[in-house]
Amino acid sequence: MDIIEAKNIDFYYSDFHALKNVSLGIAKNSVTAFIGPSGCGKSTFLRLLNRMNDLIPDTKLAGKCLVNGEDIYAKGVDVDTLRKKIGMVFQKPNPFPKTIFENIAYGLRVNRMGNKEFIRNRVEESLKAAALWDEVKDKMNRSAYDLSGGQQQRLCIARALAVKPDILLMDEPASALDPISTAKIEDLIFDLKTQYTIVIVTHNMQQAARVSDSTGFFMLGELIEFSDTKKMFLNPAKEQTQNYITGRFG
Amino acid sequence: MNRKLSQKIAFWIFRILGWAVVGILLWILGFIVYNGIGVISLEFIFDSPRNGMLEGGIFPAIVGTFCLIIGSMIVAFPLGVMSAIYTNEYVRDGKISRFIRMMTNNLGSIPSIVFGLFGMALFVRAMSWGDSIIAGSFTLGLLVLPLVIRTTEEALRMVPDALRTGSYALGASKLQTIRYVVLPTAFPNIVTGLILSVGRVSGETAPILFTVAAFFLPRLPSSVFDQVMALPYHLYVLSTSGSNLEAQRPMAYGTALVLITLVLIINFTASLIRKYFSKKHGAV
Amino acid sequence: MKKIIEKAIEKIFAFSGMVTTVTILLIIAFLFKEGAGLFNSPVVEKGYVLCVNANNPVEHISSADIKKIFNSVIEDWSEVTSGFDEKIELFYDEKILNNYGKDEWRAKIGEKIASTPGIIALVHDYEKSLPKNFEGVKILEENTILPKDFFLGFEWLPTSKPAPQFGVMPLILGTLLVSFVAILLATPLGIGVAIYLSELAQSRVRDILKPTIELLAGIPSVVYGFFGLVVLVPIIQKTFNLNVGETALTGSIILAIMALPTIITVAEDAMRSTPRAMREASLALGATHWQTIYKVVIPYAASGISAAVVLGIGRAIGETMVALMVTGNAARLPKLFEPVRTIPATIAAELGEAPGGGVHYQALFVLGCALFLITMAISITAELISKRQHNKGL
Repeated sequence: MDIIEAKNIDFYYSDFHALKNVSLGIAKNSVTAFIGPSGCGKSTFLRLLNRMNDLIPDTKLAGKCLVNGEDIYAKGVDVDTLRKKIGMVFQKPNPFPKTIFENIAYGLRVNRMGNKEFIRNRVEESLKAAALWDEVKDKMNRSAYDLSGGQQQRLCIARALAVKPDILLMDEPASALDPISTAKIEDLIFDLKTQYTIVIVTHNMQQAARVSDSTGFFMLGELIEFSDTKKMFLNPAKEQTQNYITGRFG
Repeated sequence: MNRKLSQKIAFWIFRILGWAVVGILLWILGFIVYNGIGVISLEFIFDSPRNGMLEGGIFPAIVGTFCLIIGSMIVAFPLGVMSAIYTNEYVRDGKISRFIRMMTNNLGSIPSIVFGLFGMALFVRAMSWGDSIIAGSFTLGLLVLPLVIRTTEEALRMVPDALRTGSYALGASKLQTIRYVVLPTAFPNIVTGLILSVGRVSGETAPILFTVAAFFLPRLPSSVFDQVMALPYHLYVLSTSGSNLEAQRPMAYGTALVLITLVLIINFTASLIRKYFSKKHGAV
Repeated sequence: MKKIIEKAIEKIFAFSGMVTTVTILLIIAFLFKEGAGLFNSPVVEKGYVLCVNANNPVEHISSADIKKIFNSVIEDWSEVTSGFDEKIELFYDEKILNNYGKDEWRAKIGEKIASTPGIIALVHDYEKSLPKNFEGVKILEENTILPKDFFLGFEWLPTSKPAPQFGVMPLILGTLLVSFVAILLATPLGIGVAIYLSELAQSRVRDILKPTIELLAGIPSVVYGFFGLVVLVPIIQKTFNLNVGETALTGSIILAIMALPTIITVAEDAMRSTPRAMREASLALGATHWQTIYKVVIPYAASGISAAVVLGIGRAIGETMVALMVTGNAARLPKLFEPVRTIPATIAAELGEAPGGGVHYQALFVLGCALFLITMAISITAELISKRQHNKGL
């Protein structure tokens, strides 16, 4: 059974029809990439999965979105708990103006998880998982803003990992970073795959090809094609996909 | 405690707080309106106080307040606008402009009673103008100067730089650019600032206590060296001194209502103008 | 030609740019000039001089001590000056004015002082009557008001005789009490309302409430004072069963109400300036909205909020009309449920009666200086705080 299942999703920002009848399933412990030109709805779709779009006023949703077989938009769903289970990393690194340690501990604290000892261990564990531990272990009490952009983004990944989510959503996580930092993030995604289901939005097709198992191509709010990454890049089923991948537009 | 529950409780507290505070503010307004509305009549507006200020109206105080508004604006407006032009157009982000801005902020933070002291020492005594419209106007003008400068500067800053460079590119000089491009574009917002300053001036009491305000002066001023009554001071007098405080109450309510109405109309006009022009500007 | 005119006009603009600076300098100059004479003024009221026996080692008697001496609270010189153990004998020259002619008078006073070791005499300051160069007489001409007695004195009785009492401590404490209680009341309320407006209220509600609150910030302080006088004063009196309803608390409440619109507006702006990315990061980690507010939004807006609070304190300290109308104006050590008096209210209430250039007039100007310095310090603090705000962030 797929861990994420979207069925006939339509989404509107007031009058703007942002997603049109999108259906797909995402397998557990896989990396799924969404590509497509800007404004195609790929980020909107990603933000539906942890109900981040709830924060935007005047939006409308139709269709069903199941995570672990449960409808996350059903009545009585606790959004905060849902978001704890589905971590998110944003386009620009957005650490809090707090220390490195407090950034990672934040999710544990707000979810009332564990005592001091537990938090300390979990912080270390998360930083190691995000391949940042060696760089910051001696400056845990420094401001997170003292880190470089790439380090900040890995800090944000560690922060998301600390609460042990089932799914990790990444919204163009490397778009604001230099090539070296980008490579590090990509390596990281590769390592994390064994434990997490990762959904990544990217405008960089090479990136999608490098890191993902399956790929979805969005255009003008429609999911044009969704298939195995290798197949999509070598032998796309649709002409639009072909055009986009070969760079004829977008 | 359950974090959901604490969120619920906290949010209810804030909701109640929000409405309570707005309620208090509106209560004050409503209280004055409710008690004052019955006193307002043509006689109240256009007659002089009579019979130990128990009867008649407040016309001299209204006239006095208008004299002070006009006088203080003559002092503050040209100086303030020129100062803002200098800091925003000539020395933009240098040390001088930072220094001027700091001094303007500092001047704005000085309590109004200190302006009263200063006005008395300089204009009333040292210049020998005595308690007079001109002394009061200068005191109030300097008091409101920082507000004029700040609002004008904001207005000038909202003029896009592209307009300036466009003008320079056509060979216009700095002064011509300011005169024909910057000022006309910023004009509505400058006027808004001016109106806000008028609102501030019309409500100030402390600075005029010792520079111009007359306790009781039923005739109208004939020159700038005359004393005048003024609405805020008249309200103060009616509510705290006089032969019969209780009997003076209706007159005090009426005066308070006139004063509030004046100030609110002024401020409301300012925000309307701002809204109107910002919409128009946004459409361009 | 065009160039010259442009240059000239620029000079005019530059001159206008200096006008705030010049005004501040003028204010400083005039406040200090008018107040400066205070510490050269004699302690005793105008027209009089204190004389003591030449053997008396006393050099300076503070106004507070003079009052105690003439009220017979201090009865021995040892309490005023060390090493002179003599009972104090009071002497006013009015007593003999009626019995003697002017020429005799001077000699009589001199003799009296010279022959009485413990005497303290309050003598008219006429050239003819003053026993100058009289053997055995010491005239305390240099007995001026000391800054220490002024700023640390605990009694404010500017028309007291024979020595007016200018102790500003009760006024300073009264001012601080009223303003700090006001801010203590206004800050949590203001922040609460700001949270409601920026985080909870629907945008339609917010679009109505915020301009309304901003509009109310423009209501003149004298109107708030009037409202306090006719509404709050009786309420306070009844609720707490007091003799008078004009108390420090009354003043604080009205000042708090007055400060609210400003604090709300500034705090709300500061909270709304929290980047969306911060909120989303917090929510995406499973934090509740309320946790996000107090762990992310409020810390982020903290310096903006504190600048608003500091500015509010400055306003409250300088506010005149409200303090004058509802605090009862009693110059004694302040208590929350009793009448108090603030510095601005004192200036407003007394300047009209103080003869221009006199000691009382000077004392009020020194009060003005003190007020000026306090508010200046506060304004600079606020500026530093909000500067820190700008340096924060990525």
